[in-house]
Amino acid sequence: MPDQIEPITPREISVNDVPFAQVEQNGPKGFFDQLKGFWVTFATMFKKVNTVQYPEVKEPTAERFHGRHQLNRHEDGLEKCIGCELCAWACPADAILVEGDNNTEENRMSPGERYGKVYQINYLRCIFCGLCIEACPTRALTMTNEYELADETREKLIFEKGDLLAPLTQGMLMPPHPMYPGMDDSNYYRGEVKGSHPSQDINK
Amino acid sequence: MKSTAELIGADPGWIILVKAALVFIVCVVLTIMSVWGERRIVARMQQRVGPNRVGKFGLIQALADGVKLALKEDLIPAAADKVVFILAPIISATTCFMAFAVIPMTGEVSLFGQTTAMQLTDIPVGVLYVLAIASVGVYGIVLAGWASGSTYPLLGGLRSSAQVISYEIAMGLSLVTVFIYSGSMSTSDIVAAQGKWWYAVVLFPSFVIYCIAMVGETNRAPFDLAEAEGELVGGFHTEYSSLKFALFFLAEYVNIIAVSALATTLFLGGYHALPGLGFTESWLGGWFTLIWFFLKVLFFFFIFVWLRGTLPRLRYDQFMQFGWKVLIPVSILWILVVATLRVLSMQGASRFVIMGFAVGLVIIIMAINILFENAKNKKKNSPVAESAKPSFAVPELPFNVSSINVSQKGGDHA
Repeated sequence: MPDQIEPITPREISVNDVPFAQVEQNGPKGFFDQLKGFWVTFATMFKKVNTVQYPEVKEPTAERFHGRHQLNRHEDGLEKCIGCELCAWACPADAILVEGDNNTEENRMSPGERYGKVYQINYLRCIFCGLCIEACPTRALTMTNEYELADETREKLIFEKGDLLAPLTQGMLMPPHPMYPGMDDSNYYRGEVKGSHPSQDINK
Repeated sequence: MKSTAELIGADPGWIILVKAALVFIVCVVLTIMSVWGERRIVARMQQRVGPNRVGKFGLIQALADGVKLALKEDLIPAAADKVVFILAPIISATTCFMAFAVIPMTGEVSLFGQTTAMQLTDIPVGVLYVLAIASVGVYGIVLAGWASGSTYPLLGGLRSSAQVISYEIAMGLSLVTVFIYSGSMSTSDIVAAQGKWWYAVVLFPSFVIYCIAMVGETNRAPFDLAEAEGELVGGFHTEYSSLKFALFFLAEYVNIIAVSALATTLFLGGYHALPGLGFTESWLGGWFTLIWFFLKVLFFFFIFVWLRGTLPRLRYDQFMQFGWKVLIPVSILWILVVATLRVLSMQGASRFVIMGFAVGLVIIIMAINILFENAKNKKKNSPVAESAKPSFAVPELPFNVSSINVSQKGGDHA
């Protein structure tokens, strides 16, 4: 037999017994104080407007603005993407589709074993959160400052690998091509490859 | 020089038709330009640019909006009373134009070789006619709210009509002093009577009351409770679309122009030039007075926009309290004062008597003010109010009511 349960007593303290602070209301301001507002709006008419005439005038975005994605390349033109799908897994909006494939000696797109064969980002789903960029182990995926992404059809807003790949710059060669002689994939990831494969250099 | 009534009375039929067309065109063009102007000015007050895309400086923005509205689908809700629903915007739009018929826009001018004045008609009770037409315009709002068969429009329509009726009283009373001074209700006579002093100066309190009442009358900010977006969606025109909505929109702006034109006529000397610039009135064969008239109307329009850009919307009870407990009593008292002064001066009372009356009046007003302040302070400091305060938390009541009667029996909240 358990001890006698203490009978429930009505609560002794109710919300209304708690002292509450009386907010002092100073009442309305004087007549001339109230007229100050009219001066504010009148004076604002002669201030410089904040509006940017957008399509004609474009202001630069913040330096680290999250815009359209870009798939980067190594210095010799090989793709950085290794088709690991970590970006797709990280994506909270399920906007990224990656299909990897094996690199072969005849068809080498990236250093190492694998490359991204199919790479799609659906900009109808993307929320530009940047989690994919954080997930990427090779810095293959980054974001640009480009924000003009509106288009007319749904199809046009699914960007393929070709739309996302960074352009070739000076010294880069269009893959597929072999890795730099004497370098392996870990050299590539450390950024030790500074130029294209000597056999591919047309200037030689 | 003939009076305006005589000038207009001699008009042949075709001149009247031309003038009617001109009045209509002026109203519509002014509406289109004022919609644009308002949006631009309010935008500048908020450090924005406003519409600047359609045409030069966005000048034909309102026209483009009108075309857009006309091309939209014209919906009639299933619950609506069809006939009244269609009739309401027509009433609103037609009445607002009619008020313009008695507004004198120029002095003596020559129109197609005829000497006349730019005033469609001059009736002996012109100002009363304007008030009557404004009252008929309320029907448009009430019927629109009622016929929509929907809750928010009904509430908006009721608010709107209550508001317009309340402020029409104050407006009418503020005009009485003008009638007393000018001895006429005809708009052209009132303009003529202001040759020396504008009534805005002579009858300053009336002018202030009229200015406040005309904002309430046109349902404009800060008195735009009828279309308080946060509470009532769009007010009485929530269910309206397409051209019917455009008619309400047009009516709102023509109304603003009409009350501004009436204010110009009754208080700012109508089409006459500013004091000291009277010589300009004969330029362009009298047509220059048209410019003075519109400058004054646009001045009032700017005040409307300025109010909208500055003041927040009033609460409904404050608004009604202000109308009934401040504007109407003050205008009645002011009428008494003006009537007394007028009678005194007409009966040839000496300047001494008039001065004595004025001084006595000031003393009485000051005494009332002191008594009022004392009563307020007494109420504030009285211990009775403190003990009557309930023991539980209650939200502050409006109007700074410091004591309320709470049943002590029901106070057991344990």
